Amino acid sequence: MAEKPKLHYTRGRGKMESIRWLLAAAGVEFEEEFIEKEDLEKLRNDGSLLFQQVPMVEIDGMKMVQTRAILCYIAGKYNLYGKDLKERAWIDMYVEGTTDLMGMIMALPFQAADVKEKNIALITERATTRYFPVYEKALKDHGQDYLVGNKLSWADIHLLEAILMTEELKSDILSAFPLLQAFKTKMSNMPTIKKFLQPGSPRKPPPDENYVATVMKIFKL
Amino acid sequence: MSEKPRLTYINGRGRMESIRWLLAAAGVEFEEIFLQTREQLLKLGQDGSLMFHQLPLVEIDGMKLVQCRAILSYIAGKYNLYGKDLKERALIDMYVEGISDLMQLILMFPFSPPEAKEKNIATIAEKATERYFPVFEKVLKQHGQDFLVGNRFSWADVQLMEAILAVEEKVPSVLSGFPQLQAFKTKMSNMPTIKKFLQPGSPRKPPPDENYVATVMKIFKLD
Repeated sequence: MAEKPKLHYTRGRGKMESIRWLLAAAGVEFEEEFIEKEDLEKLRNDGSLLFQQVPMVEIDGMKMVQTRAILCYIAGKYNLYGKDLKERAWIDMYVEGTTDLMGMIMALPFQAADVKEKNIALITERATTRYFPVYEKALKDHGQDYLVGNKLSWADIHLLEAILMTEELKSDILSAFPLLQAFKTKMSNMPTIKKFLQPGSPRKPPPDENYVATVMKIFKL
Repeated sequence: MSEKPRLTYINGRGRMESIRWLLAAAGVEFEEIFLQTREQLLKLGQDGSLMFHQLPLVEIDGMKLVQCRAILSYIAGKYNLYGKDLKERALIDMYVEGISDLMQLILMFPFSPPEAKEKNIATIAEKATERYFPVFEKVLKQHGQDFLVGNRFSWADVQLMEAILAVEEKVPSVLSGFPQLQAFKTKMSNMPTIKKFLQPGSPRKPPPDENYVATVMKIFKLD
């Protein structure tokens, strides 16, 4: 029996959340080890972290680090990465877009109040003028349920995560995007994703002051 | 005859240089368009060529590819520089992502204020010699092969070579504690495609100067 993947990170979303999403959507159960300060030093000292950083995921005999590398491996392994090089290129492009958008949101809790306010406005603008129009158009152009190749892929899961994260910031952010609204509904009803969206799943809550303080302490920021 | 890939960027390294390196190392000839005004960038955005209104843009195999990593992954996959299976790809991805974090410091360096430059060079030196280079020194030592992954030339080797040269431009003695990396650098430099890329007149771009910084600020409207 294959071992479950084991995720090493702090108890919160951060850079690990996209990995939790992808594994969950793929129907893969996993274990989590939540890092406190001493644990990070220990992981570093025993050579478990290639570049002294987390996320780290133990999977298939490897200790994988670097968020993107981990996500690419999971996508490839569970057939969520398209059927050929070109589909992979489209998935990569779409994912890079949602990564940039979510990256802006993830940085917010660590910013001073005035910077934060300015960035929230920027994020809202970028979401509605740079990012969401791309995905709305993609769905409109081919009329299919999924972004690439008429099949569920990493790009769809990442987009759903980005939509929900942006909605937490501004609940009506999808008001001008009817196809994304339909996409959100369809994706949310997929059994594995529905399960992940229910209380008690490995999904982590939005970051609060507690989480920020923990991260600052553990990573010595 | 298939068309050559066409690269659109400004006339400088920036986020396009890794792509130039990879195509060159793969022996692929390409064309380049250099933007000089912000209007040119906005026009590209308006005519739908830029998915997220950003550069780099690479037109290849009928696609308008954007986002560095997507472009590099496609080129690596197409020219068999991405390992033989998922696990080798995972190793290449991990190495490339790590090197990319180091290169990010170098990418941002020209845009840091004068008073921060000395500290930033120290950070680059520290990260290179304590976090990143030791990893690759160890990898090469442990398997004793010429290339990082699978005993075969890959994207990871090209990216590491680019990083070594870029760091050496800032910290000339950076490889002094890394004999394996010194040997690696020599071997890579002598590979025909890379040797050609390192010669004057190749598409390789010079280190960023004030002119380059001014052009970037103007075209991308960075504050």
